[in-house]
Amino acid sequence: MTPQRAVILWLTAALLLLAACVPPVGVGPTAEPSPAAATPTPVAAQTLVLMSHDSFAATEDVIRQFETAHNVKLEFLKAGDAGEALNKACLSKDNPLADVFFGVDNTFFSRAIGCDIFEPYASPLLADIPDDLKLDPQSRLLPVDFGYVNVNYDRRWFAEKGLAVPQTLRDLTKPEYKGLLVVQNPATSSPGLAFLLTTVAHFGETGSYTYLDFWRDLRANDVLVTDGWSEAYFSHFTVGSGGEGDRPLVVSYATSPPADVYYSEGAKTEPDSGNLSPANATFRQIEFIGILRGTKQRALAEKLIDFLLSPTFQEDIPLQMFVYPANRNAKLPDLFVQFAEVPQQPVQLAPEQIEANRERWIEAWTDVVLR
Amino acid sequence: MYLPRAWRALYLLPLAFMAAFYFYPLLSILQLSLLPGGQPDLSGFRALVERPYLRGVVWFTVWQAAVSTLLTLLLGLPAAYIFAHFEFPGKGLLRALTTIPFVMPTVVVGAAFTTLLGPRGVVNDLLQAALGLDRPPVNLLYTLWIILLAHVFYNATVVVRIVGDFWANLDPRLGEAAAVLGADRWRVLREVTLPLLLPPIAASSLLVFLFCFTSFGVILILGGPRFSTLEVEIYRQAVNYFNLPLAAVLSLVQLVITFAVMAAYTRLQARTSLPLNLRPRSSIAHRPANAREWLAVGAVITLLTAVLVAPLAALAVRSVTLGEGPPSLRFYQALTVNRSQDIFFVPPVLAIRNSLVFSAAATVLSLALGLISAYLLTAPGRAAGRLARWLDPILLLPLGTSAVTLGFGYIVALGRPPLNLRTSLALVPLAYTLIAMPFVVRTLLPALRRLDPGLREAAATLGASPTQVVREVDLPLIWRGLLVAAVFAFTISLGEFGATLLLYRPAYPTMSVVIYRALGQPGLVNYGQALAMSTLLMLVCLGSLLAIERFRVGGQGEF
Repeated sequence: MTPQRAVILWLTAALLLLAACVPPVGVGPTAEPSPAAATPTPVAAQTLVLMSHDSFAATEDVIRQFETAHNVKLEFLKAGDAGEALNKACLSKDNPLADVFFGVDNTFFSRAIGCDIFEPYASPLLADIPDDLKLDPQSRLLPVDFGYVNVNYDRRWFAEKGLAVPQTLRDLTKPEYKGLLVVQNPATSSPGLAFLLTTVAHFGETGSYTYLDFWRDLRANDVLVTDGWSEAYFSHFTVGSGGEGDRPLVVSYATSPPADVYYSEGAKTEPDSGNLSPANATFRQIEFIGILRGTKQRALAEKLIDFLLSPTFQEDIPLQMFVYPANRNAKLPDLFVQFAEVPQQPVQLAPEQIEANRERWIEAWTDVVLR
Repeated sequence: MYLPRAWRALYLLPLAFMAAFYFYPLLSILQLSLLPGGQPDLSGFRALVERPYLRGVVWFTVWQAAVSTLLTLLLGLPAAYIFAHFEFPGKGLLRALTTIPFVMPTVVVGAAFTTLLGPRGVVNDLLQAALGLDRPPVNLLYTLWIILLAHVFYNATVVVRIVGDFWANLDPRLGEAAAVLGADRWRVLREVTLPLLLPPIAASSLLVFLFCFTSFGVILILGGPRFSTLEVEIYRQAVNYFNLPLAAVLSLVQLVITFAVMAAYTRLQARTSLPLNLRPRSSIAHRPANAREWLAVGAVITLLTAVLVAPLAALAVRSVTLGEGPPSLRFYQALTVNRSQDIFFVPPVLAIRNSLVFSAAATVLSLALGLISAYLLTAPGRAAGRLARWLDPILLLPLGTSAVTLGFGYIVALGRPPLNLRTSLALVPLAYTLIAMPFVVRTLLPALRRLDPGLREAAATLGASPTQVVREVDLPLIWRGLLVAAVFAFTISLGEFGATLLLYRPAYPTMSVVIYRALGQPGLVNYGQALAMSTLLMLVCLGSLLAIERFRVGGQGEF
C-alpha cells in the first residue's frame, strides 16, 4: 500500500466515523419542519418525552396540534413490548427516562402500582370516562383505551366447509373443531395471557371442569401454540396469512376484523374474519397512561395527559392502534361500528388477582399444554 | 504481533470500550438484581437448585448449540473447500447470497420456512401432488429439526467465510509434498490439511456455538413454546415475571458456560496456530478440471441453494404473490404510502439510509477496536501472553450475554454523567459494535497469528520504520481477514433488531424496525409490507456485500 492510499483509507474511515456522529435522517416529531409548512416557531420550545410500548401509533396532524397549542416538542421513546417497556420504566425510577408513560394494561397494572413510578393526577377529563374502566382511585394510572381479546374465525372457510362456528369456549374442544385453533403462549404473548385469564375466569380453578381440564381437552384436540401473536396471525391463521396457514380459528382481538378491511387497500368491503365473543368468554384489556414520578415538567405533562384523553386524540386511536377509545364522547369510525361490535360481558378478574397468580397460572398451563 | 511503540496507547481503546459499554452496565444490573438495597437476594440460586425444569433448560441450551455447530460444520466445510479451490461462474454472487441469512430477522425467516416447509408450503404441495398423499408428509414446524435447520441456515456463512478464506491462501505444496511422499488423499486431508485448518475451524465453531447458545428468535418463532433456551428463559423471567434475581442467576450461568467454552478454545488455539507461508489465492483456485471436480462443485452449489437460498427466494416470491390476483409490486408501493398519516411512518429510502449509516458506523468502529485488540492479543512476550489468556475470552463475552440483561443494564447504568447515553442515538452503533467486535477479533486473530515474524524482521532490517512494517507488511497480508471481518460487522449490524437491547429512537427507524412494526397489526397489507421490506433488506445486504468484496488494495495480489 502506498502512503497516498493509506491516507485515502484513513480519510475514508474518518469520514465514515463522522457520518456516524451526524444523526441519520429523521422523521416524525424530531425532524425539522419543512419550510413550506413552517409556522414561525418561537425559540426554545420545550421537549416532553412520551414513553410507550412498540405498538403506539398516532396521526401526525393530531400530535402537531398538541405541539402547537403548547409550544412543546413531543419526543417518543418506544421501549419494547408492554411488559418490557414497563420494566424499563421501573428500572429507571430514580432518574426517569420520560415524562409520561403510555400503555400499562390491566395485566401489568399491579406491577406498575407496586413499582411506585407514577404521580397522581386527577385529570378533569376523567369525568368523560366510564367508571368501570377506572382501576386506580388515586388516579396514578388513567384509562386511555381498551380492547378485547377473543377468538377470530375465517368466515369464508366455515361457510365453504358448511361447518357451524363454535358458540362457546367449550365447543372448541369438540371433534369437529380438531386442529383448527391457534393460540399464543401466555408466557410470552399478551393476547395469549389474556386468553388464559379468560379461561381461568370462565371455567374456574375448582369444580368438575376447571380451566386446566379445558386446556387438556384443547391439547387433545390438537390446538397449535405459538410464542407470539404475529406468528399465529400471519403464519397460521387462514385469513392473516393470505391462505397459506391452515388454522381458521385464532386468538386475536375483537378489532382485528375491521383491521382486515382497513389494511386490504380497498380490496375488501367486509372482513374475511369474524368475531366469536360469547358472554363471559372475552377478556377486556384496558390500557392506562400516567405521569412518571420525578418529571421536571409536571404542568406540561398534565396537559399531555389531558390531550391524550381528549376527543381529538381519542378519535385518532381506533384506526391507529385498533382499540376502542376510553372517552365516551369520542366518535367511533364506521369500520368499528360495522365490524367490531363491543363484546358483551367480558370476564372479570381484578389486577391484584392477576399479579398474584400470573406465574402460577402460566406454570400450570405450561405443564398441561406444553410438557 | 506488536504495534509500533508510539501507537501502543491505542491498546487502551478497546479496553475502555469494553469497560464502559459492557462491564459497567452488566455489573450494575447484576448488582441491582442480586444485591437489592445491599441485601443479598439468593432466591434465584434457590430456584436453580430446586426447579429441575431450569436445569433441563441449561442442558438443552448446551446440547442444541453443540449439535447445531456440528451440522453447520458439516455443510460449511465442503462449501469452504469449494469456494477456496475452484473458480466457477456466479461464485461471488453465491457467496454473498449465503451470507444474507445472517441479516434476516427471525420473524420473516419464520415466514419463509413456513412458506417452504409449512403444512401448505411448497415442499408439501409438491410431495403431496407427486405421491398422491392427502396429508402433508413433512411436519417440521415446532420440532427440534427446524431449530437445527434454522441454525445451519443462519450460521453456515460463518464457517464458509472464516475457514474458506483461510483455506484459500493455504500453500497447496504442503499437501502435494505429502502426496509425493506416498500419502493418499484422505491421509493428506487428515494429517496435513485439517491440522493446518484447525485454528479457523475452531474459531468459526466457537462463534457458531455462541450464536446458537444464545439463540432467541429461532427458538421462539420456529421451535415454538415447547423449547426454551437460557436466553428465552431469561427473557421470560425478566420481562414477563420481572423476576430479576432469577434472570440474573440465569445470566450468570450463561456467562460461566461462555467463559468455560472460551477458555478451552483459547488453549486449543494457542497450541495449534503456526506461522505459515501463504500463497496468493490465484495460485490455488482454478476452474474445475474434470467431471469429478464439476460434480463436487455442483453438489455443494445444490446443497447451499436448497438450505440457504431457497428460503430467501421463497420470501422474495411471496412478497409479490401474496394475496389474490396476479403477482405485483403493490406491497412495495404500499411501503411508500403513509395511508394513515402515521407520525412514525418512514419512507423506505430513509429506513435503508438509516440502516446503512448505523451499520457503516458500527463497521468502522468495530474494525478499529477489533484490529487493535487482535494486535494486543498476539503481542509477543510472557506478560502479554498471560494478559491475552484472560483478555481473549473476555472480549468474546458479549456474544454469550443475554441481550435483555444487558439492555436493562444500560437503563440502570448509563443514565448518569459521564455516560448519560440511555436515549442517545450513539447507543445504536455502540451496541452493534459490542456484538460485532468478537467476530472481528476472531477473524483477524488467525490471520495475524499466521503472519511470519521473519517477514516483519526482514522489513525492519531493511530499514522500514515500525509504522511502515504495519502498513506495508501486516496490512496487505491480513487484508482478506479485514474484509471478512468487515462483512460480518456490517451484516450483523444490518440485521440486528436493537429494541431488545436498547431503546431505539422511533424517529430513526432501521429496516428491521420497519419490518417488526409492520407485523404488529393485522391485515394483509402489513404482512405484505413486512415481506417486501425483508426482500429489500436482502437486496441492500447483497449489494453491500458485493461492494465490500470488491474493496481491494490494488496491486498486492490477493491474500
